[in-house]
Amino acid sequence: MSAITQDTAIRTGRVTRMLIYVTLLVFTLFYLLPLFVMVVNSLKPLSEITGGNMMSLPKTWTIEPWRQAWSSAQIGVEPTGLKPYFINSILMVVPAVAISTVLGALNGYVLTKWSFRGDKIIFGLLLLSCFIPFQIVLIPMATVLGKLGLAGSIPGLILVHVVYGIGFSTLYYRNYYASFPTELVRAAMIDGAGFFRIFWRIMLPISGPITVVCIIWQFTNIWNDFLFGASFGGQIQPMTVALNNLVQSSTGVKEYNVHFAGAILAALPTLLVYIVAGRYFVRGLMAGSVKG
Amino acid sequence: MGFLDIQNVTKSYGAVEVLHRVDIDVQEGEFLVLVGPSGCGKSTLLNMIAGLEGITSGDISIKGRVINGVHPSKRNIAMVFQSYALYPNMTVGQNMTFGLEMHGVPKPERNAALKDVAKLLQIENLLDRKPGQLSGGQRQRVAMGRALVRNPDVFLFDEPLSNLDAKLRVDMRTEIKKLHEKLKTTIVYVTHDQIEAMTLSTRIAVMYQGFVQQLGTPKEIYDTPANVYVATFMGSPAMNVLPSRVVMHDGTSYAQIKDANGADLLLKFSQANMAQWAGKEILLGIRPESITDPDGADRNSGNIVSLRNRIGVTEPAGADTFVTMELCGKDIIARMRADANVGAGQEFDFAINMDKAVVFDPKTEERIAP
Amino acid sequence: MTTTVQMDFRTRLQNWIPKLVLAPSLGVIMVFVYGFIVYTVYLSFTNSKILPSYDLVGMANYTKLFQLPAWTLAITNLAIFASLYIVISIAIGLTLAIFLDQKIRGEGVLRPIFLYPMALSFIVTGTAWKWLLDPGIGIEHTMHLWGWASFHFDWIKNSKYAIYTVVLAAVWQTSGFVMAMFLAGLRGIDNEILKAAQIDGASNWNLYWRIIIPQLRPAFLSSFVILSHLAIKSYDLIIALTGGGPGRSTELPATFMYSYTFTRNEMGVGAASAVIMLMTIAAIMIPYLYAELKEVK
Ligand SMILES: Nc1ncnc2c1ncn2[C@@H]1O[C@H](COP(=O)(O)OP(=O)(O)OP(=O)(O)O)[C@@H](O)[C@H]1O
Ligand SMILES: [Mg+2]
Repeated sequence: MSAITQDTAIRTGRVTRMLIYVTLLVFTLFYLLPLFVMVVNSLKPLSEITGGNMMSLPKTWTIEPWRQAWSSAQIGVEPTGLKPYFINSILMVVPAVAISTVLGALNGYVLTKWSFRGDKIIFGLLLLSCFIPFQIVLIPMATVLGKLGLAGSIPGLILVHVVYGIGFSTLYYRNYYASFPTELVRAAMIDGAGFFRIFWRIMLPISGPITVVCIIWQFTNIWNDFLFGASFGGQIQPMTVALNNLVQSSTGVKEYNVHFAGAILAALPTLLVYIVAGRYFVRGLMAGSVKG
Repeated sequence: MGFLDIQNVTKSYGAVEVLHRVDIDVQEGEFLVLVGPSGCGKSTLLNMIAGLEGITSGDISIKGRVINGVHPSKRNIAMVFQSYALYPNMTVGQNMTFGLEMHGVPKPERNAALKDVAKLLQIENLLDRKPGQLSGGQRQRVAMGRALVRNPDVFLFDEPLSNLDAKLRVDMRTEIKKLHEKLKTTIVYVTHDQIEAMTLSTRIAVMYQGFVQQLGTPKEIYDTPANVYVATFMGSPAMNVLPSRVVMHDGTSYAQIKDANGADLLLKFSQANMAQWAGKEILLGIRPESITDPDGADRNSGNIVSLRNRIGVTEPAGADTFVTMELCGKDIIARMRADANVGAGQEFDFAINMDKAVVFDPKTEERIAP
Repeated sequence: MTTTVQMDFRTRLQNWIPKLVLAPSLGVIMVFVYGFIVYTVYLSFTNSKILPSYDLVGMANYTKLFQLPAWTLAITNLAIFASLYIVISIAIGLTLAIFLDQKIRGEGVLRPIFLYPMALSFIVTGTAWKWLLDPGIGIEHTMHLWGWASFHFDWIKNSKYAIYTVVLAAVWQTSGFVMAMFLAGLRGIDNEILKAAQIDGASNWNLYWRIIIPQLRPAFLSSFVILSHLAIKSYDLIIALTGGGPGRSTELPATFMYSYTFTRNEMGVGAASAVIMLMTIAAIMIPYLYAELKEVK
């Protein structure tokens, strides 16, 4: 979007503009409200929450809820805090994103620049796989992971996320590479470069924008996944599942401030990626269409 | 046996044959242009020479070696693409030496070759730029430079000028011609622009619907087109083709046509062999420059026929004035000197140079005379 | 590609490499997506309970499924949830996009604010809204503290209205994304057309209704497809926000499938419900993808 900053030709009157600004303001508050409440209340002692107003700023500021959420809160039966689960998520996300992105890039390269009989059908199959409801694969996946000895393990979760991430990463790279002329590869072939050399020397160096898009997409999806983590994680739970356990635990007093600190911790990596690289996401999505 | 030999080559995509039994031999140092309308199979043929498309049947050989199954990089060819296909992430210098690098040529030699070619093409000052920072004409030069550096047996060009604006296209055309005259390399060049074909080539292959319609020097193609298709495709404005009939008077053959008022006119043939067509229908082909004002008629011609007819539209084009008139119910274009005194609707004496007329069989559309 | 001609080693190798590179991905997809789909479809015709069984029972699971009040409730809920969620998200997204497109000061600040919820996990969204909607401490409580004693907002505790709170949270999460899609569509419209229409004397209202909004058709279509896809798959949000309750009042097919398969040990019925979900999504996605692909070619 930021790439196109064209002005509309529409002129609006004073009153209309006022109404527009008021509406936008209301929605700004609507979108910010939950974040504001979470942040503010994660910095209060519990007594201030149960006894006070959720909208008011803390009277006594404290980072104790954050410390607890990170290292000592009760998750399930163990008082470990979210830290080990955060590490689980990192260990799962990094390889899963890397593998699915590399495979997507290679697939996109083959499907656009080395087309062969039946490649359209293969692309169609990969594309459709992006949109299945995962409920349809839960039962056999549980069986297969068990047979492979990967149930309840990080490699098992990596496998699941790679398998169901390939479709999207292939889609992104295919659409991006399609905007570069096939002649580029033909010229390199005549120059004497082979399949991998062309990929490495010519395609990869121009893949920056779409790689950003693909990594952000995969990272957000895999980090935020709950269904697979809950179904196949077993003891090795990712952050989302642990957060849910923390929040839903029925024992003891509900420590809302700790819950909020935990929720923010779970959201932090994706929020950070979004803040740092969100701009490139939109730009990268448009890059393909601009190049052609 | 030529330097580059294309023998009986066909190409099919699935059940569809897009090239039919193509036979072309190219001599060393020749500049062969493949010309034809969009979709006639020019690029396909060029890609087959390059090894980028498989050959369905037939043989292609370079210097006597059959190269049908040889990898593109091992054919010692270089190709310039319509989109230039410059590697966007590499500098101009890297672009030009990439092929040498891939062939294991050591760096000092690569740099020496780069220097020579850059000098030849006058792009020495561009070597450190990326393709994105070049103008269209400069990209075109770099693309040619990348081909030249390899010093290949055969150069292949696929519509290299069609992405340039009109002025630059004419300049680059001249430059390619100069380059060829200097280097005397063998070139196969694809274009759909018949003027490019005429100006650049030593020989032209006119293609249509997967067939080579005619293979010959530019003069042969222009003066004695093999059929109506070639006649009308080459030349601008296109050759006038009139349905006509051969009639005999006192042993001399004439073409009988109708003027704008429907009155019969007779044009005397220069060709001797027309008697055998007496009484039969023919197609009479006359190029616009062979229909002139009387003063503009060719002095060397032995057979200028005068014809009075009504002028339709006049189109002054600077150097010449084009005039349309109606013959046999068709609009005919004539080419006058710029200062010829012509006006729309006026009756005018046209001079037709029948020496240059070409006659076609109306059934097969093949040329029957001269 | 050639048949009659013997190719050199390098050419043959280069013809094979691309296929070899694609093979693992294709293999994995064929097994883990299409193979699994076939397997689940098969299971839905068996009497599998706690473990897969291979005794075919015909349509029994489907018959049973549609007689289960829990399933009827789940699909009713889905119908309510999906239609409100899609309509409201599109309405808000379109409105915000049109408003943002009026040379608004601070557009660069507002856009990311509208969009950021998309980066969050549904679990986080659910946690936050669960608390905001809790009458004891959330919005209702705050209003009371601010002196609006009669304010009453306890939908999340009310089995009649709880499904609407799911709509609220889901709209909060994705309407900004819909806004972005419409904004991209608006920015893609040729300004000359608008100028021409203004010269023709069209009012702003007419300009939007008659000229601009009809041109946003692709954005409407993709929004609809993406939102309906999200709605049918909704699982995490329910778990975090309501846990399916109060009672079973916010169960959706996704939660139904999970509980029947893994906690109630009715795998055959669970598989049948998953098949129904797949068919629903396919009915929406396949025509859409087909049209898209044909356009792009
Ligand atoms: N991969 C393919 N599969 C099927 N048919 C093809 C394929 N490539 C080319 N063709 C067909 O072969 C014919 C010749 O194509 P080619 O690209 O050689 O034309 P061209 O003469 O270069 O045209 P242009 O001037 O438009 O470049 C066309 O009819 C085209 O539709
Ligand atoms: Mg072509």
